[in-house]
Amino acid sequence: MTELLLFRDIDEPGLATIDVYKRRGGYESLERALRMPREEVLQNLLDSGLRGRGGAGFAMGKKVSFLPKGAIDKYLVCNADESEPGTFKDRELMQKSPHMLVEGMIIAAYAADANRSFIYIRGEYEQQAEILDRAIAEAEAAGYLGERILGSDHSQSLVLHRGAGAYICGEETGLLDSLEGKRGNPRLKPPFPANQGLYQGPTLINNVETLATVPTIIALGGAEYAKLGTDTSTGTKLVSVSGNVQRPGNYEIELGIPSREIVYGLAGGPERGRDVKLWFPGGSSSPVLLREDLDLPYDFDSMAKAGSMLGSGAIIVVDDSVRVVDVALKLAKFYRHESCGKCTPCREGTNWTVKMLQRVESGEATPMDLDIIASVQDQIIGNCLCVLGDAMAMPVASMVAKFRDEFEAHIEERRAQLGLGVPTEPTPLEVVGAMH
Amino acid sequence: MSALSGGHGSELAGDVARYGHGSRIPGWDDAVDLSKDPAGIPDPALTPVPAELRARIEASMAKYPDFRSAAIPALHAAQELHGWCSPEAIEQVACVMRLTPAYLTAVATFYDMFSTVPVGRNAVYVCTNISCSLRGADKLYAAMQEAAGDDPDLNVRAFECLGACDIAPMASVNGAYVGPLDLPDAETIVAQLRAGEEILPEKQLLRRKVADPRAASGGDAGDTGSAPADVPPASAEAEHNASAAKAPDADHSDAADRLFPDEDSDA
Repeated sequence: MTELLLFRDIDEPGLATIDVYKRRGGYESLERALRMPREEVLQNLLDSGLRGRGGAGFAMGKKVSFLPKGAIDKYLVCNADESEPGTFKDRELMQKSPHMLVEGMIIAAYAADANRSFIYIRGEYEQQAEILDRAIAEAEAAGYLGERILGSDHSQSLVLHRGAGAYICGEETGLLDSLEGKRGNPRLKPPFPANQGLYQGPTLINNVETLATVPTIIALGGAEYAKLGTDTSTGTKLVSVSGNVQRPGNYEIELGIPSREIVYGLAGGPERGRDVKLWFPGGSSSPVLLREDLDLPYDFDSMAKAGSMLGSGAIIVVDDSVRVVDVALKLAKFYRHESCGKCTPCREGTNWTVKMLQRVESGEATPMDLDIIASVQDQIIGNCLCVLGDAMAMPVASMVAKFRDEFEAHIEERRAQLGLGVPTEPTPLEVVGAMH
Repeated sequence: MSALSGGHGSELAGDVARYGHGSRIPGWDDAVDLSKDPAGIPDPALTPVPAELRARIEASMAKYPDFRSAAIPALHAAQELHGWCSPEAIEQVACVMRLTPAYLTAVATFYDMFSTVPVGRNAVYVCTNISCSLRGADKLYAAMQEAAGDDPDLNVRAFECLGACDIAPMASVNGAYVGPLDLPDAETIVAQLRAGEEILPEKQLLRRKVADPRAASGGDAGDTGSAPADVPPASAEAEHNASAAKAPDADHSDAADRLFPDEDSDA
């Protein structure tokens, strides 16, 4: 196991204060970065190969380089909405090491030449918001924020903005609308935020963990950081392990270690006598993987190759005592509740998926309903402005595909309990009727 | 039809708040009174706004390049003062921000933390999303509802993932995260809320260490600079053992039927 980078001093008492943070080497990276030309800082970010830790896994340096050059108002927004079920790594970072995020944001803003920055934190994180507010005030008092920081030509303001409870505001354009004081509806892309984002200005949006990693990259040097992890998934990653494991929590791992080592080695696996039935490798939006997939290396590409995704790095483990029907229904209800309603496939698709899964649950369904569920998911994916609909469609479709036998057995069992007898397949005419 | 009254006792209890037709907008099928003009921006001379609220809203507006960005902070401030986003509260925010009440109502109805119907002042959000449900959150929610009874001061509601699956099952009590909770904790929380005491000090998230055993640098408690460090020192390792030892009977005994016990149907 490698050395800890983000979690090195995480439980140091008082790390949330600027004094302790500086004593542990904090803000040294910032001083170093501000002595470099902006291009060199950007080159370090590019060299590091750091991929976004929020879910999409897009190369952070590349994102910075997309921002247009020149003297226009540019913005940096930190996405601290963290509402993907199963994810709680940013909360831990903000709560225990808020200055790491502040420092990373100043360096990233310097590289992007952005002078207004915002942290959009989800409304439920009241305690974390207070801690961050204090940290920002301390950084301002110490001269790390404001005009001409540490004598350089870089000026920056940082405002903490609390949301009010909406999953969709974790989607970058929904977040921007929410930050502009509107309902958090996602926008049509393109234009991408790098060109037209907050207040129509070029905007860099990154996740908390991504930005908090920036000081480490400057300290080590981009090329050195890239030696950690695999070729295409560099560095360390915080993983949030939850669900049916004995030691749920946040762990810092080097990307590319076997998934089993995380689920069993670190988190202790399911309790004795139970086995992993399925697991979500990257939050509830990622297609589920099975027990045998635990041998896969945990990195962006291996997860993608297995038909899932690393997402936000939130591993949810479900053991064999749980019915997959319940898991699918629970998920679908979440996405139905959180759909903003702007795009029809998502608004209607999530609603109908819930209704069909309720039929499956209650035994009113026939196996053909499972086919309809699968086809509805197909019609959601790729057909909306944002990926919220996809985020339900992918895991639900994967569960129906991988556990079809269990779904069918469940229907039969329920029908037997209710004395409904063997389901009869409807005639083609009824099928057409059911679809309209 | 205002299908949901937000708190417990609503017809969709057991589920996260949601309106009958599938979206979040209350009163969606109320008839419009066509004899009335839509409300304009309130007249400052006719709309008294508490000085403190006005100051908070104006301070928020000054922080952003576009004053509209302050809509959510302003609504938070108004809700804190009034207990909910009442028509009066919306009117006051609209008056200070020079926006129409309709605009602010549209914003307020989008977000789960704003309530456009009266709710109890003490907010107890029980997370019932997937990770917490796998560890018994639905039963906890039922216990919490039962403990709260029909106390109008308590706003007990099921909430989507609160981002604390490491302390599942958990709840956010007036913004403070506590967990992992056992069923008897529901009574304790209600009693402590009524007595105005600190909620389950030993189960506060802020006092908890990182799970990663290698992060145990030897310090004891006091994760935040100013949080009182009055928790008995415990190494992360010891904490692991404690939670691991507790896990079997506390979380999994009858997982199959305790998970998602009373699914409602939308019919």
